Amino acid sequence: MARKKRKAPGVNASSSADIAFMLLIFFLITTSMDTDKGLPRRLPPPVPKDQKQNDAVDIKKRNLLIVLINMNNQVLCGDEYIDIKQLKEKAKEFIDNPNNDEHKPEKVEVDVPYFGKQMVTKNHIISLQNDRGTTYSAYIQVQNELAAAYGELRDAISEKKFGKKFADLDEEKQAAVQMIYPQKISEAEPKNYGNVKKQ
Amino acid sequence: MPELNTSSLPDLVFAFLFFIMMVTTMREVTLKVVFHAPQATELQKLEKKSLVTFIYVGQPTPDLIKKMGPATRIQLNDAFAETNEIQDYIAQEKSSMKEEDQPFMTVSLKADKDTKMGIITDIKQALREAYALKISYSAAMKVQ
Repeated sequence: MARKKRKAPGVNASSSADIAFMLLIFFLITTSMDTDKGLPRRLPPPVPKDQKQNDAVDIKKRNLLIVLINMNNQVLCGDEYIDIKQLKEKAKEFIDNPNNDEHKPEKVEVDVPYFGKQMVTKNHIISLQNDRGTTYSAYIQVQNELAAAYGELRDAISEKKFGKKFADLDEEKQAAVQMIYPQKISEAEPKNYGNVKKQ
Repeated sequence: MPELNTSSLPDLVFAFLFFIMMVTTMREVTLKVVFHAPQATELQKLEKKSLVTFIYVGQPTPDLIKKMGPATRIQLNDAFAETNEIQDYIAQEKSSMKEEDQPFMTVSLKADKDTKMGIITDIKQALREAYALKISYSAAMKVQ
């Protein structure tokens, strides 16, 4: 038996610096990527105080879809109660008006770049109304469904024309698609504020 | 020429790593309201963080609830506020921005999902008055 004293080999630690660096870089990148996400909307400018009550532009009844959320978070679309899951289809039907239904928004001929002349439901308005007792999550869900309706319509026409999703198009093409399906969600003033009506 | 001893380099880097990890969990603003974002799918990222102003809405945190009661409160920066203070706050935030950036100012509304719409509507009205028309309803991505 050889009684040679053997030294235990040390763990090679030369790569631990690299490992630590990689972790460091990972954390640095992920923290800067943590941006806030949300549903972007644009509020209408404030109504001048001296404005008359009926100054609002008359909207034809067929161009208007009223979505009302009551204090129990039930959704009233047009004049019937619907489930939140049905809202997207309802909204899509309303915005697109595929069958030229005379109770759905009228179509106006618009000259759109890339597409040429298109029949667009240019004057449609989805009016979103809520009660003061509505919960925020119900409101966001409805907002989300409406945004999804626009999103799906835009995606569909983008696929058909350019073979890409709306989000992957360049800015000019996106603008063209937006001309065909302009997002018109009006967040009506709450009933409690009373007499000022805007759209 | 003697070689530079790099055996302590991993320790240095680890120390730095730990520092970053600690710092990133800290918020810029200490939240005084409890807030769970509602869930949605059609989200868009907020660009240019320097142009974003945050408004937090929710119930006070458990230790503050004893003092303030369970009513939903609005938090601007580090303090609770009433709806009539929002306009001043927005004006102040706006004036601290560069002039060419001011039209792109975005207000991110971080509200708890159980908040009643009444208070949200009040905030929206205040924002309209303050001409802060670009808003974003902050929400979390819905897990399918």
